[in-house]
Amino acid sequence: MTESAVPRPLVDIKNAVVRFAGDSGDGMQLTGTEFTREAALHGNDLATFPDYPAEIRAPAGTTAGVSGYQIQFAAHEVYSAGDQPDTLVAMNPAALKVHLPDLKRGGMLILNEAAFKQGDLDRAGWDSNPLTDGSLDNYRVIKVDFEHLVGKAVEGTGVSAKDASRSKNFYALGLVFWIYSRDTDREVQAIRERFKKNGPLAEANLRAFKAGYNYGETIEALAPYSIQPARLKPGKYRNVTGNSALALGLIAAAQKAGLRMFYGSYPITPASDILHELSKNRRFRVTTFQAEDEIAAISAAIGASFGGALGVTGSSGPGIALKTEAMGLAVMTELPLVIVNVQRGGPSTGLPTKTEQSDLFQAVYGRNGECPMPVLAARSPADCFETAYEACRLAIDYRTPVILLSDGALANGSEPWLLPDVNSLPKIDPAFTTDPAGFMPYKRDEKMARPWVVPGTPGLEHRIGGLEKDSLTGNISYDAHNHEKMVRTRAEKVRRIADLFEPTEPYFDPEGDVLVIAWGGTYGSITQAVLDARQTGIRVGHVHLRHILPLPNDLTDVVARYRSVLIPELNTGQLRFHLRGQLGIEAIGLNKIQGKPFHVSEVRSAIESLARRSQPPAAKEIA
Amino acid sequence: MSAPLVKLTKKDFVSDQEVRWCPGCADFAILAGVQKLMPDLGISREKIVFVSGIGCASRFPYYMNTYGFHSIHGRAPAIATGLKMASSDLSVWVVTGDGDGLSIGGNHLIHALRRNVDLKILLFDNRIYGLTKGQASPTSELGKKTKSSPLGTVDRPFNPLSLALGAGATFVARTTANDMPHMISVLKRAAAHKGAAFVEIWQNCVVFNDGAFDEWSEKDVRDERLLKLEHGKPLVYGKGKDKGLRIGGGFTLEMGAAEGAVVHDEARDNLSLAMALGALEPPWPQVMGVLRAVERPTVDQLAHEQEREAEKATKGPATLEALLQSGDTWDVVAGGDDA
Repeated sequence: MTESAVPRPLVDIKNAVVRFAGDSGDGMQLTGTEFTREAALHGNDLATFPDYPAEIRAPAGTTAGVSGYQIQFAAHEVYSAGDQPDTLVAMNPAALKVHLPDLKRGGMLILNEAAFKQGDLDRAGWDSNPLTDGSLDNYRVIKVDFEHLVGKAVEGTGVSAKDASRSKNFYALGLVFWIYSRDTDREVQAIRERFKKNGPLAEANLRAFKAGYNYGETIEALAPYSIQPARLKPGKYRNVTGNSALALGLIAAAQKAGLRMFYGSYPITPASDILHELSKNRRFRVTTFQAEDEIAAISAAIGASFGGALGVTGSSGPGIALKTEAMGLAVMTELPLVIVNVQRGGPSTGLPTKTEQSDLFQAVYGRNGECPMPVLAARSPADCFETAYEACRLAIDYRTPVILLSDGALANGSEPWLLPDVNSLPKIDPAFTTDPAGFMPYKRDEKMARPWVVPGTPGLEHRIGGLEKDSLTGNISYDAHNHEKMVRTRAEKVRRIADLFEPTEPYFDPEGDVLVIAWGGTYGSITQAVLDARQTGIRVGHVHLRHILPLPNDLTDVVARYRSVLIPELNTGQLRFHLRGQLGIEAIGLNKIQGKPFHVSEVRSAIESLARRSQPPAAKEIA
Repeated sequence: MSAPLVKLTKKDFVSDQEVRWCPGCADFAILAGVQKLMPDLGISREKIVFVSGIGCASRFPYYMNTYGFHSIHGRAPAIATGLKMASSDLSVWVVTGDGDGLSIGGNHLIHALRRNVDLKILLFDNRIYGLTKGQASPTSELGKKTKSSPLGTVDRPFNPLSLALGAGATFVARTTANDMPHMISVLKRAAAHKGAAFVEIWQNCVVFNDGAFDEWSEKDVRDERLLKLEHGKPLVYGKGKDKGLRIGGGFTLEMGAAEGAVVHDEARDNLSLAMALGALEPPWPQVMGVLRAVERPTVDQLAHEQEREAEKATKGPATLEALLQSGDTWDVVAGGDDA
């Protein structure tokens, strides 16, 4: 920034964890996203964790309404958003109350002093004032009167007092930009662009941002940090959230297959952003259909697939529950379909904005009848692209519905994404049948897939439906042996998908003390935990399953190479139960059901504790 | 693809599947009527799709030698919506019943109508659940004794015409399976309509609700108790066409002589007269024929127009590569800074 005073020497550090916290109306998600973009463009590796309440505006100043956004950014590879913030920005006493316990001892605490009046403290449930009662003695506290300083900064821009106050998040952003010596040019551009329809508002936010930045220079307590770009794999990157990456993966698959994509969806947290992202991309032969309910959303997608499009539907657990009958219809009619479940805390409405991995049973076992379908799980925001692409490919290749599991933390979290080379994406061939010679609706190819015939194809008129099918003609059949044959055939078709998997190669130690088996959005925390645990000399392998069904054929052999198996999950042990039932694998669970991701330290202590034992503990869960 | 070179006949639309409705079921008449109509539509057979839900009526697609989808209970309008939006050149027909379409699938039906999806929706109304063996349906009359209501039903029925009109249907008609010429003429009009066409077909269930419509639709009483709507013609009925409906005081209809009867205008923008006619209950005559037929853009058409606009508005090529690289990107170059 040109108005900078004499630059202070930078303190070079390797990584930092910053958390912005305030009222849901304080713009914390925006502040976090803006900081993240700059970190990405700066070349840091990063991972983020947005955490916000289900209510759009909970009562102001209460702990119920606190919204937070955490980012870990580094000069090296990072796998999780970090356990404990190094820097916490708390816009009010409620945010302080909720997030202070997480702040690292000695960490930096930036507080909006103006928001600590008696009434504010009462609303947040503080018995005494933390600014004066010694609660903050273990931290480096920077108290700033945001209201006053922002008010001063925006004087003359002509914005209302309310708008002036609303720009205080950009003041906080400016200050944190200074602390981590971020370049301000791009942010200045971004603010101008964001408020381009309202000149005075743009000016006010710009001034608030600059004032916050300049404030850093004027207080001597601070030395700015520098975090160099990470040495990531060469290529072109962009920062991406899980929901965006997932939507792009769907579009990419449909484009590569040369198909129209039809996305049927009913608004639900945290899946709605997939609908929004796809709706912006209609030009890629994408039809988006906001249905009257969850059932219509999947039914319309099935209808579209019947018509030769790639039908996709997306929701979260409660919505998936409503779709299950139609999922059975897709299994019976053997049509391509992708069902996305962005999991959240359950059961019932549960915790709409919190993350959980508790829908594995629902995905694998949650339908009437013998109703198997492939189940895939994405592991990181960027991995949502690749997993969505594979889900579509399997759906088309095998003429089957496929479940794609994401979760709330992946959906909203973000990370740098090495953009794939479009030409190197695997081929997808819809291979429509058009030749009437020898045509039978349920005659199978070598993958056991049946023909996909688009209505409009002359000479191939036929009928499909939810009643049991004759194994060749597809006509209704109540024949006893035909039913058994069809049930076994549908299961075998799904099982055979595993025959084409790459061999399972555990990360890190190929044999040793502990094998960690996991799935989904816990990947980052677990990877870091394994890295940390191995520093202590124990030998740990890590298998992160993308395929929940069918499971890899060689998993039992891999397990045999380790003394014990740990399965960390954000549920009470669903993968553990699944692996035991399907493969007879005995494992110890690490189970957390708090609507929050694992801390690296939690997984690490579980690994270490298991490695220390001469034999596995009697309990099924590690405490 | 190509128009048929040889004119098809009814036989071309008969599938090889044995028809399994109860002997004497009015569904046979509807099937025969539809199969007879099909060759006259000038649509090649492969472009026609019948989609159904669950119930006696919903077995219909198996008996048509076209493309067909016998789906799950109530969902046919939703499945057909996806099909039509994905492949707009198909002629998509939905076959449903009073239970399938008005009860378990009521939500999908009203939304298909309000969206004006280009579907032909045939609601076979027998005022009973047949396939599950005789429970009350949403069109069963109040007080009806059935297996599930031995003391008589306590819930009022839907009037399917009022429901369709209220949902914003652009084409609403009623016919009866025991008047083949009338039924075929109404179905032909529905087929020609561009948009969601809703046709209620009275259909007698010989086993569980025999004689449900005798009071109005039997040959000997028909003329006195049914009013056949004709566009541009006065609303008259009776053997000698001597009775008519006129607008009375206080926003009501009045029965009276043929002279002075209101002229039926199915394209009338205002719904009120159609609503009043559709909702008539005995002792008023029941209306038959096309109650409403107005032109509105269909959802599939609007969606495709939006897509073309979106294509035109794109700066640069709409390639996958450009899509992935949109937004803020940065390059990481190969190392060399190990110092």
